[in-house]
Amino acid sequence: MSERVRRRYLALRVLSEQHISQEDLLDAVWNAVLQLFGEHGASQTNLTLIEYNSEKSWGIVRCSHKAVEIVRASIASITEINGKPVAIDVLGVSGTLEALRKKVSF
Amino acid sequence: MRRFVDLHLQPSVKNLDEVKRMVDRSSKLGYRLVGIPLPPNIAQDGVRQLKEICSDVGIDLVTRVDLTSKTPRQLLGELRHLRRRFEVVSVMCTSKAVARQAARDRRVDLLSFPATSFRRRFFDRAEAELASQALSSLEVDVAQLLSSRVFSRIRLLSSLRKEVAIAKKFGVPVAISSGATDVHLMRGPYDCAALASLFDMTVPLALRALSEIPLMIVERNREKLSPSFVAPGIRSVRGKRVCRSV
Repeated sequence: MSERVRRRYLALRVLSEQHISQEDLLDAVWNAVLQLFGEHGASQTNLTLIEYNSEKSWGIVRCSHKAVEIVRASIASITEINGKPVAIDVLGVSGTLEALRKKVSF
Repeated sequence: MRRFVDLHLQPSVKNLDEVKRMVDRSSKLGYRLVGIPLPPNIAQDGVRQLKEICSDVGIDLVTRVDLTSKTPRQLLGELRHLRRRFEVVSVMCTSKAVARQAARDRRVDLLSFPATSFRRRFFDRAEAELASQALSSLEVDVAQLLSSRVFSRIRLLSSLRKEVAIAKKFGVPVAISSGATDVHLMRGPYDCAALASLFDMTVPLALRALSEIPLMIVERNREKLSPSFVAPGIRSVRGKRVCRSV
């Protein structure tokens, strides 16, 4: 029997003076993971962007439960997008989307 | 519940709007104590103003001075003048002689090393042994890591990994601070802990370096600076009273 996949959902808040699109955010996160942990590390994350609200600058990403620290460190290491300063905060981590939404009020 | 401390927030003290913005973000990120390096000649009014800004957002301000002495003699002179005026004293060790003097002096709380010049990171076994006897801590700034790129970041991570391992071996406490000069370089305590895993610090150890260790430094120094302090563990409880013999 195959092992059940355990996932973690991370709520993000983007702090920037410019408009950040969904593609820009995803590119920045993937580049940060690749830069810090390489292709081998990136392959273990199973990273996906679940939701992003560019108006309110928040989003939710999903990753493997074993890769939470990798993803968190990578997100924290992002300092600019499109040459403009940016900071991305992880507001909360949870095992289900429902619990994450309860935990973090956007 | 943990009380998180950021001992090294570096806004321009003259720009009160910037101080307000950074302190407000610190509060939102979950910090309860914030250390801001102040100029040695700062007036009491200036400190009071900063304390008011911090208390408005529920943050406790820790006064801190960063010494960048060039010689051990200069360092001793500065410590003599400034130790009792600031709650935390940090020394940026730019030469080996200054690093050794700072590590053996009990008046120094934090040892910092330049991020960009790797030959001037003097935190080796001898330095750690001196620091462990004098109760000084090694300070790691997350902003140094965030603002470095590719090769300099690789070298910095390698140096930090080595230094943290030496500190652990000799029982030197490590304090993690933001070192941020701008709101975009500030990160929450759990994000800093995740970044610390890049130089092989476990998350529980990193969380201690963001809460208990800096808090211990501040509490120890506040006790020493209080007027009732006599010696470690001894406080005067009441003022002198003249007893008349019958």
